[in-house]
Amino acid sequence: MKALKDLTGVAAPMPMINVDTDMIIPKQYLKTIGRSGLGKGLFHSMRYNDDGTDNPDFVLNKEAYKDAKILIAGDNFGCGSSREHAAWAIEDFGIRCVIAPSFSDIFYNNAFKNGMLLIRLPQEQIDELTTQAEFGSNAVFSIDLEAQTVTAPDGGEHAFEIDDFRKHCLLNGLDEIALTLDKESSISSYESTTSKTHRWLTPATS
Amino acid sequence: MPISGVPYFESQEATFLPAKTLYDKIWDAHVVSTEPDGTCLIYIDRHLVHEVTSAQAFEGLRLNDRPVRRPELTLAVVDHNIPTTDRSKGIDDPESKLQMDTLASNTKEFGVEYYDELDQRQGIVHIIGPEQGFTLPGTTVVCGDSHTATHGAFGALAHGIGTSEVEHVLASQTLLQNKSKNMLVKVNGKLPAGITAKDLTLAIIAHTGTAGGTGHVIEYSGEAIRDLSMEGRMTLCNMAIEGGARAGLVAPDEKTFAYLKGRPKAPKGAHWDAAVEYWKTLQSDEGAHFDKVVEIDASSIAPIVTWGTSPEDAIAITDSVPDPMSFDDEHKQSSASRALEYMGLTAGTPMAEIPIDKVFIGSCTNGRIEDLREVARVVEGKKIAANVDAMVVPGSGLVKSQAEQEGIADILKEAGFDWREPGCSMCLGMNPDRLEPGERCASTSNRNFEGRQGHGGRTHLMSPAMAAAAAIAGHLTDVRDVTKGAPA
Ligand code: SF4
Repeated sequence: MKALKDLTGVAAPMPMINVDTDMIIPKQYLKTIGRSGLGKGLFHSMRYNDDGTDNPDFVLNKEAYKDAKILIAGDNFGCGSSREHAAWAIEDFGIRCVIAPSFSDIFYNNAFKNGMLLIRLPQEQIDELTTQAEFGSNAVFSIDLEAQTVTAPDGGEHAFEIDDFRKHCLLNGLDEIALTLDKESSISSYESTTSKTHRWLTPATS
Repeated sequence: MPISGVPYFESQEATFLPAKTLYDKIWDAHVVSTEPDGTCLIYIDRHLVHEVTSAQAFEGLRLNDRPVRRPELTLAVVDHNIPTTDRSKGIDDPESKLQMDTLASNTKEFGVEYYDELDQRQGIVHIIGPEQGFTLPGTTVVCGDSHTATHGAFGALAHGIGTSEVEHVLASQTLLQNKSKNMLVKVNGKLPAGITAKDLTLAIIAHTGTAGGTGHVIEYSGEAIRDLSMEGRMTLCNMAIEGGARAGLVAPDEKTFAYLKGRPKAPKGAHWDAAVEYWKTLQSDEGAHFDKVVEIDASSIAPIVTWGTSPEDAIAITDSVPDPMSFDDEHKQSSASRALEYMGLTAGTPMAEIPIDKVFIGSCTNGRIEDLREVARVVEGKKIAANVDAMVVPGSGLVKSQAEQEGIADILKEAGFDWREPGCSMCLGMNPDRLEPGERCASTSNRNFEGRQGHGGRTHLMSPAMAAAAAIAGHLTDVRDVTKGAPA
């Protein structure tokens, strides 16, 4: 996982509720067997016209937000399918942080596994940040993960919560699978206990 | 050690006994280790794998030279990409073919059992798990697919995971998790005649909203839930994710045991007896604490259809398309206006007057034998409307052959339905089955998101009986009108 300590950049406002993962990356991009290059498909149906040209009204097509590093989104962002392609596409586009009132649980996990930071803030604060993000290329936000703060363009500081373990992994860019495999003895002892107490757990072979 | 969030009560003897929910019990039985902040390493008993979300995970194992820790706990199948026409002649779409071939070679290389496109046991991943007896009460079940919630119908803690987590489970047979909160949805009383599990699950989501269950595991209980068949419970739990919950649970009972007994991968002999004895303990204790409780009166539920582009946009078929301004907050108002525009609907139009172009019967929500029987009951002796294209996609090869043996396939074909090979099909349209822009579909699947069934396609979610009635009428309609006079 790529480490993330702090981040400074333009934030794009996207005040829509229930942005689902089909909207973030549609099915035609799910046929890949790789992880990279999905940024071009990000928000496909909102971002492109039917003839494939850019829809000039879509926020990420506006000059001010083309290099946005942060997205300020609506409630229940990332709901729907478990496709990690949604996180891959956002990250590949260059956005490392999404701020919203709430996220779907699966999307939340997927994003962190890819070195992204998701920040939950109450709706009133999101409304305020959205208004500030609407100022365009001057809307530079900075985020400090160590201190757990978002600083808005007006200098206002917004504190956020994050689990310690998640924060630790992200700050240090740790490989979670390697960390887990270090617990080999705990896993083996769990297995040897359940194989005695719950012998039915092994699937029958027919 | 006390578990946070679980209330303890003191007995006369001053010993401390936790009153646990079903979720607490399954969770506690699977904790391998705990981080200081409460993040747990959870053991995973069953892992289902399909072609769309696994290639990058196997690639990760290969790059790091890691084996699959316990291949016998993983079962793989192809379902999302696969055409539903004759597959013996090969697959046309080169990208779909590559994804399918990649799963075939990965499962071979890592020693995982795999049902390919010609295997009769092939089908939608959430249909074959229970069908094979791979899904069992009290187990943890994961799959790189959000509708893994389906398996909760058996009292299994089942949830969808992303590809990085698929790799984590393959490598370690564990998952890093934070415990969710407990939510209870209690459905009191009996469902009226003709009202199905699909109506119930849509009614619950309309009530709680698509984010109502976020951060929670939902346990469904109450008389109406106990009355549901296993198929009905699967339909119910399937859509727990649409209510924002990562998992739904129904406590196992005699129906659960009867469904599983004798299935190929279910325990046998003495192991079966020991399992049933344990499974009977899998109930929420009296007095167990739920962070959120929702009670619903089953008798008030009518046949439900969706009007918008979120599963929470669900109303009774007897209602009309709502006015966006009738919603209380501005975010919901703008979302409803956008939905009506996308759906090509005008506020005030009676739902039962909306004409349709296509009917899709299938998916992991409603692709089981009971669903197909329901459709056959509605359409027997009738013909689908001239303006409608209707397809039935059985959830698995075994469902398909059972429906053929029971004469259901003939009834459906006779009525004008297209009878297909099993797979996800037009639930998400990764294969050639999809809606054209502007086409309107009565669908038994679970998501009505923009473009879900095809770019520009318009989806109305409903039960199999309601979709069958719409196929006959040529527009959305109350199934109770179509089956009037017929025995229920
Ligand atoms: S049938 Fe639909 S919802 Fe179910 S697994 Fe397939 S694509 Fe997903």
